[in-house]
Amino acid sequence: MAKATGNLPFSGTPEQEAELRKVIAEHKDEKGALMPVLHKAQEIYGYLPIEVQTIIAEGLSVPLQEVYGVATFYSQFSLYPKGKYKISVCLGTACYVKGAGDVFDKLCKKLGLQSGQCTPDGRFSLDACRCIGACGLAPVLTVNDEVYGKVTVDDIDTILAKYTG
Amino acid sequence: MENVTLKINGMSVSVPQNSTVLEAARIAGINIPTLCYLKGYNEIGACRMCLVEIKGARSFAAACVQPVGEGMEVFTNTPALIKSRKNTLELLLSTHDRKCLSCSRSGDCELQRLSREYGVEDEHRFDGEMNHYEPDASAAHMVRDNNKCILCRRCTAVCANMQGVSVIGVTERGFQAHVASPFEMDLADTSCVSCGQCIVACPTGALYEKDATAEVFAAINDPSKHVVVQTAPAVRAAIGEEFGLPIGTNAKGKMVAALRRLGFDKVFDTDFSADLTIMEEANEFIERVKNGGKLPMITSCSPGWVKFCEHYYGDFIENLSTCKSPQQMFGAIVKTYYAEKNNIDPKDIFVVSVMPCTAKKFERGREDQSAAGVPDIDAVLTTRELARMIKKAGLLFTSLPDEDFDLPLGIGSGAGAIFGATGGVMEAALRTAVETLTDTKLEGKALDFVDVRGTKGIKEASYQVGDLNVKVAVVSGLINARKLLEDVRAGKADYHFIEVMACPGGCVNGGGQPIQPASVRNNTDIQALRASVLYDEDLTKLEYRKSHENPVIKELYETYLEKPGSHKAHGILHTSYVNRGLY
Repeated sequence: MAKATGNLPFSGTPEQEAELRKVIAEHKDEKGALMPVLHKAQEIYGYLPIEVQTIIAEGLSVPLQEVYGVATFYSQFSLYPKGKYKISVCLGTACYVKGAGDVFDKLCKKLGLQSGQCTPDGRFSLDACRCIGACGLAPVLTVNDEVYGKVTVDDIDTILAKYTG
Repeated sequence: MENVTLKINGMSVSVPQNSTVLEAARIAGINIPTLCYLKGYNEIGACRMCLVEIKGARSFAAACVQPVGEGMEVFTNTPALIKSRKNTLELLLSTHDRKCLSCSRSGDCELQRLSREYGVEDEHRFDGEMNHYEPDASAAHMVRDNNKCILCRRCTAVCANMQGVSVIGVTERGFQAHVASPFEMDLADTSCVSCGQCIVACPTGALYEKDATAEVFAAINDPSKHVVVQTAPAVRAAIGEEFGLPIGTNAKGKMVAALRRLGFDKVFDTDFSADLTIMEEANEFIERVKNGGKLPMITSCSPGWVKFCEHYYGDFIENLSTCKSPQQMFGAIVKTYYAEKNNIDPKDIFVVSVMPCTAKKFERGREDQSAAGVPDIDAVLTTRELARMIKKAGLLFTSLPDEDFDLPLGIGSGAGAIFGATGGVMEAALRTAVETLTDTKLEGKALDFVDVRGTKGIKEASYQVGDLNVKVAVVSGLINARKLLEDVRAGKADYHFIEVMACPGGCVNGGGQPIQPASVRNNTDIQALRASVLYDEDLTKLEYRKSHENPVIKELYETYLEKPGSHKAHGILHTSYVNRGLY
């Protein structure tokens, strides 16, 4: 099995680490400290790579597997960084029946990503999201704050081209 | 403790008030099926097999976690419950790799047995999407195949709660939930200690030892190889279980007969090299005490413990005895002393160990374990694999005659025999150390160091040896080792000598032993029953009870090794360790 680490090198700064260690020290003796620390860690780094989870595991004296188990259980935690352009494809019911699944699959293939991952150059990250309240435009995807409606598989190259080069 | 009275299936029963419904039913002579429940380690009511009806309750309750109450009326076998259990099994089967014929657990799979008992007629009833996982065969000792996993969590519970290791756990959620190492690392890259307790905890074929039977058969059939086998003390205490004999049967004679009929050239006993370990280890201990060496000295026989120490307690590596384990000492002596004496090139000798242990498979490949320039040990079989070979060869185990080990390396003392139970190494070492240091002869009851016996996780004792008050501790189960080492590190405990066995109860309860289903494990003291075989051997079956009185050991030192701790003994019988760090 391949190691489920990101394909981007870890670029945490000493300042981020100091901040994380401060958070750990604040929560260390509390029961259930792991959740608040994970939340803060994700705020600090934007995601939870192995380097960050290892600091948390050692700091709170819990096994790395337990940290990883919790981090993968909750969908709001991410193991991968977000790209410069964050693509979210709505897979809510309305979008899904209008073919959002195919759009999502095409993006996965095109970018070489699975849901939640980021391209090696840090440009694009891809997520599946739930209803964003624009069902009339289904299927919908967003790139950062830009909304694209009635997207078809054939539109994808044009959309991506706007953010490349 | 006060009792409460309740009714189970209409029959009145009185049970201790802190019992669960599952335990109460057992007292009433009723078995409630379980899959996830493992007493003391995994009590989470997750699998829903043990559901019962309680009069007045809104829904079914999980018997394994449901406390009893005064006047409670419980039903364990109503048509609704039977239907529910059958449904649960069918749902488990819907994402289970149903390749049962070729499965390592075919015939002793708990899922298979319950499916039969509950009359599952169609294992494809809920066919649908399946998860597919690549089996992880990276580790030296085992394979982890999630396709057979039913997410009962028994393996992750023993890894965390019995061993304090936690290198596997449940990852993701819902349909994607699966058992994995952090970041999907290969098991070989984690700080797994190879104890194999997850394997004996698994109800299905998701976890199994790496099978070495084919290479052993090949060696036996290779006329250019002189194939020597050794069996650890704990193997004789458990292998009978594979052939229907009761737990706690000494099957030594039949095991030896079977090995001979399988075609091994020599059938020897690890009891012999356990004695040799004591000679070296007792000497090392005395030297450390006399010369201000690192104390407490900690035993190094259990390779699961050694690897645990190297990963998690690197600051204790200098405390580890430098003695190789009995398995490795045996191979080292066969390929040096025995090879020279019989004029055989060590390269042509193939040494097989039969061990109650999966970590021995890892230990075989460790650094600094090649006394003759070739590996000390060539293949390690667990007790289960030996049983498989015996079955494959068509040997009717229970009909075999009782035979004796070959000479000379088949002679062991009672001290060597009790190595297989927690406290045994300590007791064996004390017998030799006391006689060596005080020039007195221990006889009869004075040979029994009863304070270090028994299956308690942490045992302490102190003995006056000459003018030194020797403080000792014996621990089994790595979570107990953790507690003890934390105390030693914090200066709260102070010992001269510590014995650590990775598995609770010692080798008799090793990860390579016959697998007993949870229904037996939860209700039987398997550790004590198997250990009694070894204490019985020590007391009644063997001619010598002290390692240093073993005549083969005496001759080995007189004609070859000179004396314990000699330069030659160090070259052949001692080893070194590495600080492995975490992950």
